[in-house]
Amino acid sequence: MTYHIDGREGSWEVVVGLEVHAQVISRSKLFSGAATEFGAAPNSQVSLVDAAFPGMLPVINRECVAQAVRTGLGLAAEIHLWSRFDRKNYFYADLPAGYQISQYAHPIVGKGSLAIELADGSSKEIGITRLHLEQDAGKSLHDQHPSKSYIDLNRAGVPLMEIVSEPDLRSPEEAGAYLRKLRTILRYLGTCDGNMEEGSLRADVNVSVRRPGEGFRTRCEVKNVNSVRFVMQAVEAEARRQVQVWEEGGTVEQETRLFDPARGVTRSMRSKEEAHDYRYFPDPDLVPLVLDEAWVTALKEDLPELPDAKKARFMEEYGLAAYESALLVAEAGTADYFEALARGRRAKTVANFMLGDLAAALNRMGQSFAGASLFTVEASEAILDMIEDGTINGRIAKDVIEEMERSGEGPREVVARLGLRQVTDTGAIERAVDAVLVREAGKVAEYKAGKEKLFGFFVGQVMKAMAGKGNPALVNDVLKQKLS
Amino acid sequence: MNLTDLGIAAARAGLERRDFSARELALAHIEAIEALNPRLNAFITVTPEQALAAAEEADAARSRGQSAPLFGIPLAIKDIFCTQGVRTTAGSRILGPFVPPYESTVTQNLLRDGAIFLGKTNLDEFAMGSSTTSSAYGSTENPWKRRQNPEARLVPGGSSGGSAAAVAARLAMGATGTDTGGSIRQPASFCGITGIKPTYGRCSRWGVVAFASSLDHPGPFGRSVEDCAILLRSMAGHDPCDSTSVDRPVPDYEAACRRSIKGLRIGVPREYRVSGMASEIEEMWRAGEAWLRGQGAEVVEISLPHTKYGLPTYYIIAPAEASSNLARYDGIRYGLRVDGGDLADLYERTRGEGFGAEVKRRILMGTYVLSAGYYDAYYLKAQKVRALIFKDFSDAFQNVDAILAPTAPSAAFAEGEKTEDPVMMYLNDIFTVPADLAGVPAMSVPAGLDADGLPLGLQVIGPPFGEEVVFTVGAALERAAGFTALPALRAGEEVR
Amino acid sequence: MPLDPATVRRIARLARLRLEEKELERLEGELGTILAWVEQLNEVDVSEVAPMTGAVAMALKMREDVVSDGGDAEIVLGNAPERTADFYAVPKVVE
Repeated sequence: MTYHIDGREGSWEVVVGLEVHAQVISRSKLFSGAATEFGAAPNSQVSLVDAAFPGMLPVINRECVAQAVRTGLGLAAEIHLWSRFDRKNYFYADLPAGYQISQYAHPIVGKGSLAIELADGSSKEIGITRLHLEQDAGKSLHDQHPSKSYIDLNRAGVPLMEIVSEPDLRSPEEAGAYLRKLRTILRYLGTCDGNMEEGSLRADVNVSVRRPGEGFRTRCEVKNVNSVRFVMQAVEAEARRQVQVWEEGGTVEQETRLFDPARGVTRSMRSKEEAHDYRYFPDPDLVPLVLDEAWVTALKEDLPELPDAKKARFMEEYGLAAYESALLVAEAGTADYFEALARGRRAKTVANFMLGDLAAALNRMGQSFAGASLFTVEASEAILDMIEDGTINGRIAKDVIEEMERSGEGPREVVARLGLRQVTDTGAIERAVDAVLVREAGKVAEYKAGKEKLFGFFVGQVMKAMAGKGNPALVNDVLKQKLS
Repeated sequence: MNLTDLGIAAARAGLERRDFSARELALAHIEAIEALNPRLNAFITVTPEQALAAAEEADAARSRGQSAPLFGIPLAIKDIFCTQGVRTTAGSRILGPFVPPYESTVTQNLLRDGAIFLGKTNLDEFAMGSSTTSSAYGSTENPWKRRQNPEARLVPGGSSGGSAAAVAARLAMGATGTDTGGSIRQPASFCGITGIKPTYGRCSRWGVVAFASSLDHPGPFGRSVEDCAILLRSMAGHDPCDSTSVDRPVPDYEAACRRSIKGLRIGVPREYRVSGMASEIEEMWRAGEAWLRGQGAEVVEISLPHTKYGLPTYYIIAPAEASSNLARYDGIRYGLRVDGGDLADLYERTRGEGFGAEVKRRILMGTYVLSAGYYDAYYLKAQKVRALIFKDFSDAFQNVDAILAPTAPSAAFAEGEKTEDPVMMYLNDIFTVPADLAGVPAMSVPAGLDADGLPLGLQVIGPPFGEEVVFTVGAALERAAGFTALPALRAGEEVR
Repeated sequence: MPLDPATVRRIARLARLRLEEKELERLEGELGTILAWVEQLNEVDVSEVAPMTGAVAMALKMREDVVSDGGDAEIVLGNAPERTADFYAVPKVVE
């Protein structure tokens, strides 16, 4: 059932396109040698080129070009061996030159696509229109002084890739899925870290609505949305607003809007005075960008395995289901961790272990699989080995993990110190079982009368009495024997 | 002979022989500037202390056995080149008290080769003009005087009028300039000296206040073809900081001055013979042909069919690029700042007060031709005509080695004489603009005097990176012309 | 034919140039004259011609991705007419 908005007079479809600005991972800026690190002291990462001093000239950074090409290849897009930079002219305090160097007429990457997976298990291909390189602007701080704004040019000139989707998205969910997938691909490629809180990834959301079967109506752009959740909310909020305008007999005006997450609505940007006349023309301080085909081929050959391919391979090679494969490939680091851990082990066990208790622990520690400091592959190997050889069971493993978090020790140290070794001594188990069966005599009677589900209850009680250390298989056997 | 009468080659030799020191040479020029600059206004900023210190350092280095191609040679720098620690104005109020924390590549090259800088010379504001009358720092006077009417204050041409006047009046031995529509060649012609606009990309534009990026060409002025060759050798070279800088080795331009033109084919473009052109210009042009034939060259008529479209093409492209290049002058990071109310006010007042009339005119023109709906009709079309103009030259150079033409349609005119009509002013550039559009090298060499005793220059144009043939032919013209006339106002002469 | 005043005003706004009434009037005439003069380019047949976007025919040289610039706020702030600590200061902008 396609997503739609129920208006007063019927239902409306939503048409969405996303323009995503992704900061390129590189040491220095697109056209200058200043650094691109996040969070530096104000104006400490600014070249005179970035600050547009008289006589300053741009020189392009090869790695930024390579990153754009890698991204294009990762999106199965056409790489344009000939492309050109244009100036986009407008005045704003955070734009020192009074123009932004971008690519208008001839971008470096053309048409491509990416696949999104939806909650109902279906898959949809979303078209990419183009990708181009451009400079970011600086930052203005408007809230530090009653009558002044402060300008920090650290970000001025930072390299951005603008990735434009076709208007193929039809719901907030699809928009969210697209952004998530794009982010994953960029992170896999190592071309953008996708960190939306830090502003490395921002989305401009183009939204329009229409009656089913119609062509496109006017769209509005909701600018600079900086989380997936807000993108989804913005789509809904803006679509509803537009439906209301149309249904009240009005016309949706093409304009630029901002999403207000606190109120859950979009509002018009104050600076909508004159429709910007950007007076694009080829930047005369640059010459055309011509890429060597062999260089592009080499970049293609060096691309990492991408998420869709990796997911398919995990399902095929490791026999994992789509759902858990998708989770394991969401981050390249997680996938690599899995493959290291799965060597010589049962894939399903490893997957369950990683996606269950381990993921929970890492989440609590605010770490990722790739960046795990305590729960390294080696530590996980030790835990799985101890389960495998019977030293501990799954229940104890959970405790081991929690204790590791608390004390910072490795798994074997924890097991040794706390004496968590699994109990396999049949005598001890029998004593524990006997004690439970005596205490729960009433329930034993019910069980013997036919309430078979109580078996699990007895297992739980025995394990509890043994502080979880009973070997589950043995506990089961003993209980069965004593209850028969 | 005054030290200020020496050319670069002769001064180099004299310094080598210890006939005089670099300090003496610098001092002679500093004194000449003190005497004459108040009248000529060739310099906006004079830097005598730095010049003397540098000269002393050059002398010390020489006595340590070091040498460099321009050791101790005193030069004037057009105030469009950013010079570290020395105020740079581009002839405009809007740069205010701006002192660059960096040195342009071209001037860095000259300093690397030991040159001494005497100061920053006057120019039309942002290099927009051909008379040096639009500077925020007053106009520059041409040191040449009319025989008939010596009281008239003549323009030195522009936009590099200050540099040309300084060299002509012997306040400096050589100078730098930039040529976007003719701004080196035309003032060279008006001031009776030599100036060359090299091939586009030959000299780096890094640190040169940009006017029209695809048309700006830094280049030298000298009192001889050989002096220009010496200066260009130092100025030129690939600069990785300028993406339009060409990576080609710099040949020995001085050697090119000594070559014979025997066997060379020289083209004379029929379209440069414009109606209303002064007969003296026509005659001097013919004389030039004869001189070249006399030295063994063959002179043939050629056609550059799109010549007349050079000016309108230029007056679309140059303002368009300028309107964007000058957007950075907003009072926020450097220069003049005029506050009002809000940010828009800041921009409008700063730029309204900081820019002069010609600059505003060109910014508006440029903004208009790039604005929505007009790009194809004006800018795009102009770029296509530009391609045709370039092709005219390429085709011609299949057939000839160099081209001979006049530099300017007249000799220096008096201030206020030329009309207020901007189009009439633009016609000054009619012979020079095509070489800027095509990016080909072109030089003006003083060829003779008109009836009023004012210098007239002849222009030699070569194929891309054909500076050597330009120097060879230019030197041949210079030899034949035997131009020895001197301007009335010059160092060592009483100022009347 | 002079440019109409509204157009000159709009262009002046785009270029962030404050012009006095007298300047505006003069510019209407001058710009009109210049534009009429450049119309002669319409005589040229450019139908098969590729535009020449710059005077140098070469491909963009690329530089290595190393940090080689920036690092000193004083250099970029040293010429600022108005600054506060390490920021440029401008009249407050309300978005």
